[in-house]
Amino acid sequence: MKPLALLFVVAGLALIGWLTARARANHFLRTATRSSSLPGHHGWYVALWTLIPPLIFLALWSTVAPALVTDAVLATPAAAALPPQGFARATILSEARALGAGRAYGAFHALAETLAPAYAAAQTRFDWIATALALALAFAGGAFAFVRVRPGFAARTRVERIVMGALLAASLIAILTTIGIVASLLYESARFFAIVPLTDFLFGTHWSPQVVDPRDPGASLGALPLFWGTFFIGAVIAMAVAIPFGLMSAIYLTQYARPATRRWIKPMLEMLAGVPTVVYGYFAALTVAPAVRSLGVTLGIPWASSESALAAGLVMGVMIIPFVSSMADDSLAAVPGTMRDGSLALGATVSETIRKVLLPAALPGVVGGILLAISRAIGETMIVVMAASGVATLTANPFASATTVTRQIVDLLTGEAAFDSAKTLAAFALGLTLFVVTLLLNIVALSVVKTYREAYE
Amino acid sequence: MIASPSPTATMPPPKMTARDVCVAYGDKTAIDHVSIDIEQDRVIAFIGPSGCGKSTFLRTLNRMNDTIASARVAGDIRLDGQDIYAPEMDVVQLRARVGMVFQKPNPFPKSIYENVAYGPRIHGLARGKAELEATVERSLTRAGLWNEVKDRLSDSGTALSGGQQQRLCIARAIAVDPEVILMDEPCSALDPIATAKIEELIHELRGRYAIAIVTHNMQQAARVSQRTAFFHLGTLVEYGATSDIFTNPRQERTKDYITGRYG
Ligand SMILES: Nc1ncnc2c1ncn2[C@@H]1O[C@H](COP(=O)(O)OP(=O)(O)OP(=O)(O)O)[C@@H](O)[C@H]1O
Ligand SMILES: [Mg+2]
Repeated sequence: MKPLALLFVVAGLALIGWLTARARANHFLRTATRSSSLPGHHGWYVALWTLIPPLIFLALWSTVAPALVTDAVLATPAAAALPPQGFARATILSEARALGAGRAYGAFHALAETLAPAYAAAQTRFDWIATALALALAFAGGAFAFVRVRPGFAARTRVERIVMGALLAASLIAILTTIGIVASLLYESARFFAIVPLTDFLFGTHWSPQVVDPRDPGASLGALPLFWGTFFIGAVIAMAVAIPFGLMSAIYLTQYARPATRRWIKPMLEMLAGVPTVVYGYFAALTVAPAVRSLGVTLGIPWASSESALAAGLVMGVMIIPFVSSMADDSLAAVPGTMRDGSLALGATVSETIRKVLLPAALPGVVGGILLAISRAIGETMIVVMAASGVATLTANPFASATTVTRQIVDLLTGEAAFDSAKTLAAFALGLTLFVVTLLLNIVALSVVKTYREAYE
Repeated sequence: MIASPSPTATMPPPKMTARDVCVAYGDKTAIDHVSIDIEQDRVIAFIGPSGCGKSTFLRTLNRMNDTIASARVAGDIRLDGQDIYAPEMDVVQLRARVGMVFQKPNPFPKSIYENVAYGPRIHGLARGKAELEATVERSLTRAGLWNEVKDRLSDSGTALSGGQQQRLCIARAIAVDPEVILMDEPCSALDPIATAKIEELIHELRGRYAIAIVTHNMQQAARVSQRTAFFHLGTLVEYGATSDIFTNPRQERTKDYITGRYG
């Protein structure tokens, strides 16, 4: 049976289990005086026991089935003609698989044509095995649950437990996916560092991945200019915009604005956070960058770049403002109102109260928010892809061109390149570096914010 | 029906006078035509059931109601004969002269020293470090806290016990050299021992400041105050010498409240 049809059949069985168990419970609960579980709970108990075991089985099966099928095909006499391990062998097998499944109508390799029927046969055979096992599990689970449906049986708590298990599994899937991504990042990076020494990569000042010398790949894959550019754009220029404006708007909103004013300004600020980054990107590239360049020229820097660090950083800063503002807003709002009253009652003005009591009290929260904002800024991609430069230069001049880690990852992976060249693998090493740095920033930021929250609870 | 405040001829003029004070939050009236005197070197207690407007009235005396957007104050309140709601009145100066202690101790998350030094610094009361240190010591001593904290002035004020925190808040208020101290249920968050300490402190402070205290504790009002004002539903029901109010109330409502039959 095809997998989809099988799923429907299992679901149908679960439905039948639900109906019969409920009917049965209905029947005996009519006479019972009091029961912790309603008929529906008994129904769900049986339905879940019918549904979940075959689903788990099918999920596991789908990961091993292809290998089993291939093994079966390789065991046929026709497979003896296959070339030994290697590229040709893999191609032939995948062609044969496609033919056997009816997904292709012809093949380059004659051998694939001869193997196709074997594939089809093996696939059918294993599909039937899967069907039989899944149905057996469904019946076994259903029957096991059904015999337990008795008047005193606490189906309600059992269902509750199964639901909890399902929720836990859902959250584990997200975590496992992340772990998988990190693992692949680590694996590819390890391959990269097998070619390029770690120190060359971290401290090298020359970055030109377009021309990598195979004898000394490290010489042109020094990522320091990238790290510097990322830091300069994301943590210096962007924060120079985002921190003052974000902080001041938070102070205004929490301390000065009347509730009516706050009601419309705050959503407007939050709307800024909803602007797609690509829109900020072309705003940066088309409007801000030329303006920054002509500003540079007027200031006497004739070579001011039209892909300057300043343009990208400024726009990125604007993008981060609502983020900083809402973090600072939360921290200021978390400072008890009695603190403010205490200061005002001593004759302090509102601005003295803010400077000397509220901001120091909210500082850890604000700092945590800023760290989170930085980690967000250095991971931001769209704006720098559109407005920053592709050329890595090690400079602290905001009018000069600068590039970032994210921008370079995009450049490395969008070109054409073999998947195992040093150039492509460098993208993974950059990704790993970025990941580690943002992770550390987030951990520090969250722990700072957390200890701060505890101080007021 | 309200006993009108009539200072006897031998008495100095009252430190603060409130005449026909009305307060409304939005269009809800919280205080309705209240007239009271706050006298020098005396303690006045405000009593009454919850929500009757004691805190609201207290906050009109140092204009803390200004910080509540919806609050509107009408009437005439004077400090040493000077209208505190007059446009030329400096709120900063007023609050330095009329200090306040809150229901829940609210030390700043700074060191004990910084908590007390906060007010004098803002108002530029101390010239130089030595003078500031002297002010801090004097205030803590007056608040009866010096001996307990003199060895750990740099510890955080929030690390003290509730009763110590409240005395720290009193020291903080004293440090700016106020003339009047307003206390809004200063002991309601404290245990009996800490409460006794604060009451003792109020006795000692009485000779120096005019004090107004809000309390729900009848015995406390009887113990610490010379005058008592009974509020009910935003109006001042009865006002007079504490001994009279507690032994011989003129109003039925006052009697019911004091004897615990209601409220
Ligand atoms: N900030 C405010 N906004 C609106 N209404 C308020 C505000 N503060 C107090 N009120 C209202 O004013 C009235 C008087 O309140 P107030 O806090 O002065 O009472 P209280 O006598 O101090 O009560 P308690 O003994 O419980 O402290 C109450 O009805 C209260 O609901
Ligand atoms: Mg109150």
